[in-house]
Amino acid sequence: MTARITYREACRQALREALLSDPKTFLMGEDIGRYGGCYAVTKGLLDEFGEERVRDTPLSESAYVGAGIGAAMVGMRPIVEIMTINFSLLALDQIVNNAATIPHMSGGQFAVPLVIRIATGGGRRVAAQHSHSLEGWYAHIPGLRILAPAAIEDARYMLAAALKDPNPVLIFEHVMLYNNEGELDPAIAEVDIAHAKVRRVGTGVSVIAYGNGLIKALSAAETLAAEGISAEIIDLRVLRPLDTSTLLASVTKTRRCVIVDEGWKSGSLAAEIGMRIAENAFFDLDAPLRRVCGREVPIPYAAHLEDAALPQPADIAAAVRGLVRPA
Amino acid sequence: MSARVRLDHDHVRHLLRQMIRIRHFESKCAELYQAQKILGFLHLYDGEEAVSVGVMEALTPEDAVVATYREHGQAIARGVGMNALMAEMLGKQEGCCHGRGGSMHIFDRKTRFYGGNAIVGGGLPLAIGVALGDKMLGRNAVTACFFGDGAVDEGEFHESMNLASLWGLPVLFVCENNLYAMGMALERAEARTDLARKADAYRMTGVAIDGMDVVAVESAARKAVEEIRAGGGPQFLECHTYRFRAHSMFDAQLYRTKDEVEAWRKKGPIGRFEGWLLKNSLISEEEVHRIEVEADAEVDRAVVFAEAGTPEPVGELERFVTMEAVPA
Repeated sequence: MTARITYREACRQALREALLSDPKTFLMGEDIGRYGGCYAVTKGLLDEFGEERVRDTPLSESAYVGAGIGAAMVGMRPIVEIMTINFSLLALDQIVNNAATIPHMSGGQFAVPLVIRIATGGGRRVAAQHSHSLEGWYAHIPGLRILAPAAIEDARYMLAAALKDPNPVLIFEHVMLYNNEGELDPAIAEVDIAHAKVRRVGTGVSVIAYGNGLIKALSAAETLAAEGISAEIIDLRVLRPLDTSTLLASVTKTRRCVIVDEGWKSGSLAAEIGMRIAENAFFDLDAPLRRVCGREVPIPYAAHLEDAALPQPADIAAAVRGLVRPA
Repeated sequence: MSARVRLDHDHVRHLLRQMIRIRHFESKCAELYQAQKILGFLHLYDGEEAVSVGVMEALTPEDAVVATYREHGQAIARGVGMNALMAEMLGKQEGCCHGRGGSMHIFDRKTRFYGGNAIVGGGLPLAIGVALGDKMLGRNAVTACFFGDGAVDEGEFHESMNLASLWGLPVLFVCENNLYAMGMALERAEARTDLARKADAYRMTGVAIDGMDVVAVESAARKAVEEIRAGGGPQFLECHTYRFRAHSMFDAQLYRTKDEVEAWRKKGPIGRFEGWLLKNSLISEEEVHRIEVEADAEVDRAVVFAEAGTPEPVGELERFVTMEAVPA
């Protein structure tokens, strides 16, 4: 038997389970308590767990993210929420200079078992300071594990796995996914946070995507299937460390690859993935590597402009056609 | 623990000895830097010893310390072993951070020393978290957070002061005001230079003291720590001090005059305390000499230990980038 559930509800259940299962876990972030979370993910948790464990913070990203790091270093298991990825830049010092460095810089004396949840991505018509996809930047940083749940089961179970990791883990939740509904298989009670996953098996081309890009890639695959093109869709899931072997296994089978990334193409995570494939599977390819990325503009407000700035299913389908049936 | 400082012989001897140990350790570091055995940046604490020695006297082993990048003195006063410290300066495996941190990033789990932080102001949010975690875990610990006057320029200072006060966290903010953020004079950087008053904006007790007087520092720190431990919330201690040497080893000191440095040297914390002890017959010349000889011997042993140490194998380079487990 399966139950239908939203991505938002899956995230909420994951947080609730974390608070129930470990008294050292607590939540910290802007408007996660009385307001219920800006995307309503934490709604109801303040009433159930109280102000000690569901902490509303002032608008001080650097201070409360740093507080999460310090609390993690002395034995707590904080889960910090940052309202939107653009605001995470205000805490970049703490994330990059402290969370990512302290285990190594201290010669292994201290771990930083901290989870940071960050809403990311475009599509909500909220313009250039709430819509970017900077998770690729974070994936550049040694010491961090970077997750991008797109599937409902990942929204539900990645958090528990992240809390077991002794290292800082950043979970990027794409804002367009919160209302998505899906089935949660009751037979699944955990997921790994190390591997990419094939979400649709295909033979003609590998499409690597994550976050909302995965949903768009799956949509493109439907269109392509009707045209007789079989696309294998890979959910990257873990942006750091990259699961290169799952990617290579697919690409060496299909011999063609399109990488979808909402981030800008220049210096992107898509560039890194493409280069790894080129380094390891160059002679297995029958066609050049292709990328479908965000256009190189700050995300604009107007709906038609924003849609044009983000990778769309039609763009992905077109990129695939260009590889499978070259003009 | 009482806020009163015991001025019995053992205690005053201990205070003087701690300051001398720091001074002699760092003099040797400067030599080793000239000899290119210590590389990179070396920020000496010369002149500021009374601050960390005084503050650490107010802490128990259960308390925590968050330090700056000018933290050799903070580390020694806290009880970090000189051997592991010197080995770290020389980049050896036997160093407290296996040669990964160096002069600016001394960490020591045993003494709850949460790191030399080289991002000015970057240690303050961390200290908030250490205090928050300790509080949530039911430990009656105080976190002493050291930073310089330059940190007051940073947003992280203000965010952290506010959050600590808002949540009533047991933090002692210790501002080592040496009047210069590298070469930037305080009055050129801050619209209001009496830094202790900034605490008032965060509904926090703020006290300014003579940071060249080890007894004054200890006394103020004891009072503050006692009140913090009793649940009174965080406090702010501004210690007026001065760094006698250059900011780091690459500093022509164009931003201050030789006269200014000389005037402050006359107020130096070691000479001043030693003179006062001798004048009041609380210590003898012979005893001071013995402390110095012992400090030199301790430093020499640390150098021998460090030089005999093993270079961390390059094969271990990526070790600790991610941890296998949270250390017990």
